[in-house]
Amino acid sequence: MTAPTHRVWRVGADIDTDALAPGAWMKYSVDIIAQHCLETLRPEFALEVQRGDVVVAGPGFGIGSSREQAAAALVHLGVAAVIAPSFSGLFFRNAFNVGLLLLTCRDAEQIVEGERIAFDARAGHVRRADGALLACEPIPEFLLQMVDAGGLLPQLRRRFARRDATNDSTEKR
Amino acid sequence: MPNPATTPQTLAQKLIAHAASRSHVIPGEIVTCKVDLAMFHDSSGPRRLAPMLAELGTTIWDKRKVVLVIDHYVPEADDEARRIVRIARHWARDLALPHVYDGQGICHVVVPQHGHIRPGLFCVGADSHSPTGGAFGAYMFGIGSTEMLGVLVSGETWVRVPRTIFMRWSGRLGDGVTAKDMMLSMIGRFGMNGGQYQAVEFCGEAVAAMPINERMTLANMSAELGAQVGLVAPDEVTRAWLAACGVSEVETARWHSDEDATGVRHNFDASTLAPQVALPHSPSNSRPITDLEPTLVQVAYIGACTGAKLDDLRAAARIVAGYRIARGVRLLIAPASVRDREAAEREGIMRMLVDAGAELLPSACGVCAGYGSSIPDGATVISSTARNFQGRMGSVTAQVFLGSPYTVAASALRGRITDPREVLWHGEAGAR
Repeated sequence: MTAPTHRVWRVGADIDTDALAPGAWMKYSVDIIAQHCLETLRPEFALEVQRGDVVVAGPGFGIGSSREQAAAALVHLGVAAVIAPSFSGLFFRNAFNVGLLLLTCRDAEQIVEGERIAFDARAGHVRRADGALLACEPIPEFLLQMVDAGGLLPQLRRRFARRDATNDSTEKR
Repeated sequence: MPNPATTPQTLAQKLIAHAASRSHVIPGEIVTCKVDLAMFHDSSGPRRLAPMLAELGTTIWDKRKVVLVIDHYVPEADDEARRIVRIARHWARDLALPHVYDGQGICHVVVPQHGHIRPGLFCVGADSHSPTGGAFGAYMFGIGSTEMLGVLVSGETWVRVPRTIFMRWSGRLGDGVTAKDMMLSMIGRFGMNGGQYQAVEFCGEAVAAMPINERMTLANMSAELGAQVGLVAPDEVTRAWLAACGVSEVETARWHSDEDATGVRHNFDASTLAPQVALPHSPSNSRPITDLEPTLVQVAYIGACTGAKLDDLRAAARIVAGYRIARGVRLLIAPASVRDREAAEREGIMRMLVDAGAELLPSACGVCAGYGSSIPDGATVISSTARNFQGRMGSVTAQVFLGSPYTVAASALRGRITDPREVLWHGEAGAR
C-alpha cells in the first residue's frame, strides 16, 4: 500500500482520447501533447498536476482512439494511476503497455477532488482519506509486472539486452 | 461439469483457439495468439516503431505479415506532416516492406481491398477502427504503437477470451436506412462502453442481406460500442467480394458460432428502424431523425472508413443526383479509397456528386481525425464519420452531428438535417 499521499483530480464519465491527447497535437512528441492533456475539461491540469497525483474518473475512461499518447501523456505528467469504475478496453491495454496503472474500482466516484488516497494494486484496493477501503478488480500479474517495469518497452529492452549478452558469450565460446 | 472440448463455441472463441493452436478456449482465460497480419499507418507506425526497433537492435519478425498504409498525414499539410510521412516512406524503403499503400486511401478499407484479410485470420491494427476486419470473419482489433512493437518483435500478442454479445437483426432495412443507422441506434442504447471489450457478433436476416461495405460499417463502429471485435460470420457474400479482390481460397464453413453457443443475445427488428442521428458530442447521443429539432447545417461531410466506401458514395449520389445542394452549404466528399473513387467514377457517381455541388477531397483520414485540416469553427456539421467528440474534427466550437451517407446528402440538399426518406419518397421538387 502506498502512503495516503496521492492527490486526487476528479473528472467525469466517458473521458475520450481526444480530451487526453487532442488530435491537433498528435503530430508532436508526447511532452508537447501532455501540455494539452485534458485542457478542454480542466485547463489547469497539465500545469498544476504533480508527480504521484491520481486521476479519478467516471465510467468509460479512455474511450475512442488507439493513440497510446492518451495514456503516455498522463505518465509524462507523473500521474501514478487512474481510478475509474470502467475503462475502454483498448485504452486499458495501452495504459499498461506504456506503464500507466489503471485501477477498476466500482465505487471510484465516492472519491472527491483534492482528497489524499493510497492504493495497493496487488491487494486490489484503494484507501480513502478516512481509512475506508474501496475494492478494485484484480489485475493479471503480467500486467502489474509491465507497469512495475515502466511499460512493455523497458521489458523488451531487458529481454533483448539479455539475448545479446547470451549471443556474445556463445560466440566467445 | 461440461467437457469444454465438446461445449459449443462462439466464432470469437474458434478464431482465438485457432490462433492460439488450441482445440478450444474459455471466456475469461488469457491466451497468447500468433498474429497473421499486423497493420499500422503513418501516425501509429514508423515514426513510433522505427526508433523503438532500432533501440532494441532488432527487426520485424515476418515482413510478409506486415502492412503499412500512409493515410493520416497525407496530403501533407505542413512541415511536421511532411516529416512524419517522410519517415514512413524511408523506413518502408530501407526495410523493403512488401506491402505498402501510400496515398491509396484509409487503411481499414485499403487493406481488405488488397486481399490481406480473410476469414479465420488473427489480425491487429495500430488504429482503433481495426475491428473493421471482423466484417470478413477475421479476429481483428486495435492496439497502440508500443503493443505493436511487441507484435513486430515476437509475432504474438495476448487476448482475454471474450464473451460474445449477439446482435440479431431480423427483417430487412427500409430504403434509405443503413448499417450506420443500426450502429448509432445500438450505441445509443448500450453506450460507448456497452460492448465491455467483449466480442460483438452481428447476425440475422438483415445482416446476411448486406453487402460487404455495409458489414464493414457494422464492424468498424464496434469500436464506438466499446467491443474488442465486431464479427460477421463469413458467407458467399464474403467469398464473392474477396474473390474480386484476388483472394481465391476462402474457407467459410467452419467460421461461425455454434447454434447453442453461450452468449448474451439482443434482438432487433430492422424493418422498423428509422434513420438515426447522433447529436454533439458523442456517438451514444443518438436518436431517430424523426425526433430531431429543426437543425440548420453549414457543412456536410462524407468521409472516413466508416462512411465513404463505394456503397456510401452510391447512397449519396442516389439522393443528390439531378439536384443542387442548398445555398450556403458545403458538401465535402473524401472517398475512403482510391479504388472506391475510381469505381464510383466508372459508375458515373462522382460526376453526379460534383454536378450537385460537392467538393472532392483526397482519399485519406482528413478532417475525420482532425490531424491536419479542420472543419470551420462554430459550424454545424452533419458527418458520415464515426466520432463527434468535441474537437475531434479539428474545431472545439463546431457542433458535429453523425448520420448515414443518405442523411448527410439529404441534409446538404436542404440545408438542414433531413430524413433521407423524404427525398427518396417525394423527390426534391416540392422542397424549394
